Amino acid sequence: MVGRILAATVAAVITVAAANAAEAPRPPGQKWSFGEIFGTYDRNALRRGLTVYTSVCGACHSLDLVAYRHLGGVDYTEDQIKAIAAEFEVEDGPDEDGEMFTRTALPADTFAAPFPNVQAARAANGGTYPPDLSLITKARKRGADYLYALLTEYRDEAPEGFELLDGMYYNEYFPGHQIAMPTPLFEGSVEYTDGTEATVAQMAWDVTTFLAWAAEPEMEERKRLGIKVLIFVLVLTAMLYALKRQIWSRLH
Amino acid sequence: MSQPTWKNPIVAWIDYRLPVFTFAHHELVDYPTPRNLNYWWNFGSLAGVMLVILIVTGVFLAMHYTPHTDYAFASVERIMRDVNYGWLIRYLHMNGGSIFFLVVYIHLFRGLYYGSYKAPREVLWIIGVVIIFCMMATAFMGYVLPWGQMSFWAATVITNLFSAVPLFGEEIVNWLWGGFSVANPTLNRFYALHFLLPFVIFALVFVHLWALHVHKSNNPLGVEMTGDSDSIPFHPYYTIKDAFGLGVLFLVYFAFTFFAPNFFLEPDNYIEANPLVTPTHILPEWYLMPFYAILRAITFDIWFISAKLIGVIAMFASIAVLFLLPWLDTSPVRSATFRPVFKQFFWILVIDCVVLGYVGANPPEGWFIPLGQIATAYYFIHFLVLIPLIGFLERPRAVPDSIASAITAGTNPGVEQS
Repeated sequence: MVGRILAATVAAVITVAAANAAEAPRPPGQKWSFGEIFGTYDRNALRRGLTVYTSVCGACHSLDLVAYRHLGGVDYTEDQIKAIAAEFEVEDGPDEDGEMFTRTALPADTFAAPFPNVQAARAANGGTYPPDLSLITKARKRGADYLYALLTEYRDEAPEGFELLDGMYYNEYFPGHQIAMPTPLFEGSVEYTDGTEATVAQMAWDVTTFLAWAAEPEMEERKRLGIKVLIFVLVLTAMLYALKRQIWSRLH
Repeated sequence: MSQPTWKNPIVAWIDYRLPVFTFAHHELVDYPTPRNLNYWWNFGSLAGVMLVILIVTGVFLAMHYTPHTDYAFASVERIMRDVNYGWLIRYLHMNGGSIFFLVVYIHLFRGLYYGSYKAPREVLWIIGVVIIFCMMATAFMGYVLPWGQMSFWAATVITNLFSAVPLFGEEIVNWLWGGFSVANPTLNRFYALHFLLPFVIFALVFVHLWALHVHKSNNPLGVEMTGDSDSIPFHPYYTIKDAFGLGVLFLVYFAFTFFAPNFFLEPDNYIEANPLVTPTHILPEWYLMPFYAILRAITFDIWFISAKLIGVIAMFASIAVLFLLPWLDTSPVRSATFRPVFKQFFWILVIDCVVLGYVGANPPEGWFIPLGQIATAYYFIHFLVLIPLIGFLERPRAVPDSIASAITAGTNPGVEQS
């Protein structure tokens, strides 16, 4: 009786799940360097991704939670970090005269934001606020796959019968399919210093890797520690089990 | 039970004045425990360990967290990025909540299956239900603290429930908020209460254990221990068994913490709270989904009582009905092992709760509405109608005279052989 009820419940659940899937397409799963259990961030992709962020995304999207010094966690040297920070200006102050001033960014600063505040960002973007990207891959379901699909699947025209609002663009993977962000990546939008060809797919791949790191900079350390902890607990548990068997055998 | 003699002069000196060592010896070492407990009896001590882990990680998080609407979200991210091992402390805390509920739910269903709520353990059971109430309140307020989108909107939805109270509804909600919307005063008080309530739970756990140690553990046979042949000392038999169980639990807990730390969390909670943007689906954490389903199952007014108010009452009643369970169950037999009909309905209840959880996780539209209503109705019918009726109508199988006799006869299906 219980078995039959269980089977019926499982069948019902599967039917509902299938009916629900029609709402928004599930982004195709990609083989990310950081996806596997032992996976790490592909350093080359990450470096190229930083270039894509600073020269394309960073024009509108901030990265408020990430500091330049955090790049040290993915093998940037202190000098490299200083050099990257030095390309940006940030507001500081007030100085001794009570005035705000701009200065060159330092490693301790967070990534220089393109707009001073949300209102300015809205004003410059037709009323839409380009979201901060610090946590973007964590703040969406299957974040990395979603971001890659979003960046690569822009369509020039909405499908027939789809009513696109003024100033909006059609994107298959964006909830509701109407996105205020125009196609961000074009063939050759950036020039990679390592000679990699800057195709749209390549840039989307690289910047997704970079933003996945930005969202979870602790991931590599977390996995490394996790392996050690799990092996330790596994051995300990096995020994506790043996001890339990031995102690309980006294009862017979 | 032997009176221990303390050889260490310092221990003896203290024990003569404050017998903590004798107390610990009686309650943790000599403590007579049924010899036939199976692994379902591990979950009580596991819940205790999880509570301690949550309190310890929580205190460390509190050292770095800022309970202000402008800084809360950023302060959590600062813990994740800049505090030494902050990510570990936070992920242990976050996943610890889920594991705590998982363990406590198994503990509760074990009690349901083996009739652990029956005389003379009613008070022990009632304290357990109070603990679950407090856990839910604590978990809900903890969910609000990171000040993400789900935090804010869950707080808005749940506090708004109190507006269903007749006459004073709105006043109560404003009083809870400390203003006219969920805002900084709300976050402040939720933080204060989230810090306080775990210690209340800790005290309740102590009373729970006190009541437990009066009549001792129930067991898979549901017959009381009658003599020394039925029991074994807690140490070393159950200390080692609990330690092994803890190892297994840690494997699961740490697998989530290190390799899928956000498995239980809605991605929306990594978007900072924004009162102007409502998420498509506002969801509580998984362990509150069944109650969320019951809340939303009531879509119709009854006479002058609004659907909303009935939903709120039903939600609270779904836990409160557990208080009455010792008196609703009319069967003289405790363990489902000897109750062939009750056993079937127990598993149907388990399925019903899973269905409620599934409905709670989905938007209240289409056939989720009737499904939620049927599952809600069944939940109450189980406790209020089926449990009393089964007790009267069921013919239980023969219950053994004692634990020892069941073991020597070898006919006992409930006894673990190792």
